[in-house]
Amino acid sequence: MNFIVSLLTATLRVATSILLAAIGETYAERAGVLNLGIEGTMFFGAFVGFYVADLTGSLWTGLAAAILSGILAGLVMALFSVSLGVNQHVSGLGLTLLLSGLALFAFRLKYGGRSTPPSIEPFPLLDPFGDMPILGTLGEQYLLTYLTFLVIVPLAWWLLYHTDFGLKIRAVGENPEAVDAAGVNVYRVRYAALIIAGGLMAAGGAFLSLAQLGAFTHGIVSGRGWVAIALVIFGNWDPFKVTLGSLIFGGTFALQLRLQAMGLQLPIPYETFLALPYLVTIVALVLAGRNAAYPAALLKPYRRE
Amino acid sequence: MKIIEMRGITKRFGAVVANRNVNFSLEKGEIHALLGENGAGKTTLMRILYGLYRPDEGEILVEGRPVIIRSPKDAIALGIGMVTQHFALVPTLTVAENVVLGFNDAFRLDRRRIEAEVGEAARRFGMEIDPAVQVGHLSVGQRQRVEILKALYRHARVLILDEPTAVLTPQEVEALFETLRRLQRDGLSVIFITHKLAEVMAITDRVTVLRDGEVIDTVETRRTNEHELARMMVGRESFGVRSETPASGGEPILQMEAVSALDDRGLPALHAIDLTIHRGEILGIAGVGGNGQRELAEVLSGLRTPTEGRILVDGEEMTGATPAELNAAGVGRIPEDRHKGIVGDLSVAENMALEELPRFVRKGRLDRQAITAHAQRLIEQFQIKARPTDRARTLSGGNMQKVLLARVLSRNPKVVIAPQPTRGLDIGATDYVRSQLLAQRERGAGVLLISEDLDEILALSDRIAVIYEGEIVGILPAQEADIETLGLMMAGAIRQEVPR
Amino acid sequence: MKLRIVVEQREAPSLRIRLLIPLLALGGTFLLTSGLILWGHANPLRAYYYFLIAPLSSRFSLFEVLVSATPLILTGVAVTFAFSGGYYNIGAEGQLYAGAIAAAGLGLIVGGLPAPLAIFVLLVGGFVAGMAWAWLPAWLKVRWAVDEVVTTLLLNSVMAYLVSALLNGPWRDPESGWPQSPEIAASAHFPKLVARSRLNLGFIIAVLALIALWYVLNHTAFGLKMRAVGLGKSAARFAGIPVERTMFAAALISGGIAGIAGVCEVAGIQYHLIDALSAGYGYTGIIIATLGGLNAWGVGAAALFFGLIDTGAQTVSRVLGVPVYLGEVTQATMLLVTLAVLLLQHYRIRIRRG
Repeated sequence: MNFIVSLLTATLRVATSILLAAIGETYAERAGVLNLGIEGTMFFGAFVGFYVADLTGSLWTGLAAAILSGILAGLVMALFSVSLGVNQHVSGLGLTLLLSGLALFAFRLKYGGRSTPPSIEPFPLLDPFGDMPILGTLGEQYLLTYLTFLVIVPLAWWLLYHTDFGLKIRAVGENPEAVDAAGVNVYRVRYAALIIAGGLMAAGGAFLSLAQLGAFTHGIVSGRGWVAIALVIFGNWDPFKVTLGSLIFGGTFALQLRLQAMGLQLPIPYETFLALPYLVTIVALVLAGRNAAYPAALLKPYRRE
Repeated sequence: MKIIEMRGITKRFGAVVANRNVNFSLEKGEIHALLGENGAGKTTLMRILYGLYRPDEGEILVEGRPVIIRSPKDAIALGIGMVTQHFALVPTLTVAENVVLGFNDAFRLDRRRIEAEVGEAARRFGMEIDPAVQVGHLSVGQRQRVEILKALYRHARVLILDEPTAVLTPQEVEALFETLRRLQRDGLSVIFITHKLAEVMAITDRVTVLRDGEVIDTVETRRTNEHELARMMVGRESFGVRSETPASGGEPILQMEAVSALDDRGLPALHAIDLTIHRGEILGIAGVGGNGQRELAEVLSGLRTPTEGRILVDGEEMTGATPAELNAAGVGRIPEDRHKGIVGDLSVAENMALEELPRFVRKGRLDRQAITAHAQRLIEQFQIKARPTDRARTLSGGNMQKVLLARVLSRNPKVVIAPQPTRGLDIGATDYVRSQLLAQRERGAGVLLISEDLDEILALSDRIAVIYEGEIVGILPAQEADIETLGLMMAGAIRQEVPR
Repeated sequence: MKLRIVVEQREAPSLRIRLLIPLLALGGTFLLTSGLILWGHANPLRAYYYFLIAPLSSRFSLFEVLVSATPLILTGVAVTFAFSGGYYNIGAEGQLYAGAIAAAGLGLIVGGLPAPLAIFVLLVGGFVAGMAWAWLPAWLKVRWAVDEVVTTLLLNSVMAYLVSALLNGPWRDPESGWPQSPEIAASAHFPKLVARSRLNLGFIIAVLALIALWYVLNHTAFGLKMRAVGLGKSAARFAGIPVERTMFAAALISGGIAGIAGVCEVAGIQYHLIDALSAGYGYTGIIIATLGGLNAWGVGAAALFFGLIDTGAQTVSRVLGVPVYLGEVTQATMLLVTLAVLLLQHYRIRIRRG
């Protein structure tokens, strides 16, 4: 029982960063843009958050700076994929490469040559439920985790399905011609979606450096961006289902860590668990086939004929 | 009272005059048809009214006041709504969401509120639509009603419908007419673009006939009949000069037996087509665009598999054959859209060689010199203004068509499938293409000419078949084909009973 | 008064524009990256000397440039094959590792064979492994119309875990205990081209791959079919070209070549399979293919240039203390700037009022 509770606790913690990024990517893809810059944006956000927090001594300032950097990254992606209509795969991957390189460059410049990685005092874990059974352990989370699950996810869902803005985003990713005919500015909607996406992705990265690790390392993101892309598809582009997917991922990750720590020898390697979300997503893609809620206008730059 | 008046409208696209000094008016509360063939200028005129085009000359008055309509937004503000053939709907959103898209003041999207409002509006206009249903789950007829509701929701008092029945089943057409009559009673004025005479007679109060960009006449529907309308729609003074030698009466080279096929949406496009093309003849398929011509060409080009029926080429079963198999069987196919039929970024020579690559392979290697030489020969033979190494994209429309023609005709095919071969070409290129088709006929090949240009059909064909709503409604030898009969067939008013 | 950005199509790019493009691209890149160099407290001009000129000035560093370029040429060729055929293979990274696994595995059992045969076995095995890893997304695309970008991307991650599982499990080097596979047999080591340098047979293989790309694309019927499919799918279909089969073949060949890239890294440089075998070569290959305009000359030039940047970045880092990641940033900037500038070729960007 204790095992399950502590597993769930770890799950929530591990899932936070990916969930933020995945919600961001959901917005981008719903608006019709596949943002492969996600990995680089997370990484860059992790660095900026760490660096500014270290510089100013304030974690929240660091987080704000990270979100700002994500917004900028979103703008660059929008410039290339929306305004210029450049191939989205290439511009996204280029952006990831650029941001990764920039973050590492700046990191080495400012912190280079140290034998131990620099660290800061991370966000504290909250403990609102004290010694209560189950909730006491489960509730030991970062404020950011609480915010993500209890505020950001519902807000993202509400914004997407219950506001005019969200309606436009959903429409633009399916049939931009119809939206244009209705007199709505397709470019502006896509820009907005990418800005939101970038901010969330960078926040996801900053969570890793400012909360989970309290440090910035080379491999701090290591592929979480691609997991987020898988989760968006797995979650059928819906914020709540994406949340479910991120919990499954987080759980799998936490589980295999625990099993490793327990020194358990399994017939299959731990990596199988880690690879599972990806394989399941591929299966989901095949099963859904043409009926997948793939935003119909995904990957197509919009030009009025 | 004239709610809409368009005076002296002229619109040019380059050298083409789409509307020439058109005068058109719409009385309040009437249903007014705009009748004409493709290219007559009906859609252009309405796009001007809806703000998608600006006229070169002329003025527009709404309720007696001159207005300038710069965009659909202006048109909507003036109470003009348009429903086109391509619905501007988002399939994954509900009816209510589609209706309020871009017309919603609130930041919040209260589902219940908009569904109530849209439901209320639907009821008010006498339409049975569930506002909470996803548009993607609706039938085509229902989607069209959502489009109409969209316009009415934005307080349209004038509704323009562009060929609305093209996508509907007969039952849905009836339902549409019911709806229109009810809306008319409530004071709505409707402009109905069509080429179908039966509909004009059934639902409209007045009809304006356009031909070649000009108004032929505006008449009251109850004072005219289908024959008169047909004559106005396609009226020509003479057939023009054509080749005198009658068809040599060759054996059948391509036979279609009861061929049926679906369109891209999965709806029936062709119904039990029976056609035979003989050697040494040009069989012309006449008809207004959108009656199955495209699907017919695709079936014969190997791009669409028929759901029923057989196709035989020179006696051999070729139903569902691939393009490569059809090539090998001697079927020369010209693509209907030359921009989709030519690979723009490959060279002229490469495009010319594309259909018979094995011929240019020597010891595993692509013989580029042979490809270039072959292209050079064709360029000279067909008088194409291009070099073999030019990127195909840079050629003029006429020269592109010549490349596609050369590719096909240089192989001396047994039968040539030529859909819309001169669409968008200038006079010189048009004459050239037509002379090539005649030359093939002389050679003894069978030619299937599908064209929305009735002049072309009349000038070249030995026999003329008319396609309407996916069926062949009549085949006549060219000498016996008179304008009025053809027009009536093309507009669905008559149907030949005798077997061909 | 609203300002609108209007993008209009140009008729055909003038010669002036075409010459301007590479200059603009290079110029823009240098301008942007010099900002970083200044931030690193170094003189941009000096930095560019060490970055781009110095590596070419000594024999050793010149060979290093070729060594750096080798995997890039191979992944560039691999991706070019796929993209030419209209298949967006983002999975070259995973396919590379598949080939590396094959090389590392086969390399353990070919000890008794004479060297040329051993090497041949590794290359064939790597090609087949790369093809195998590319098979699933290709089949899903052709049979079920499943988008290949996402599937190939996801499989990259799966492969990373597979490698990790191998290296932490059955292939953990029994001698050192480190996560690296046991060393491959000596007969499988790629011979060095120049003594006391790292330049090895891999470079020759890369050049051969480049020549093969050039030959196939320009001098075979298959290459023309591939290009037709990539440039105009519906026109190719109309002309009777088997579109799906062609795409499938392009995808598999692409995977195989990426696999060869993995073999060259294992047998030519590392002699072990390690986690960090590839510094993202599969992804860089996409950039190289794009910059190279999907033709052999371009890919070769771009790969060499990127190899130069990689090597030069090391020098800059060593001499001027500017972090070595300047290389990555320059490469990415070059791509983005080039993409933007290329559009000038086809579009005119105007700012209109109203």
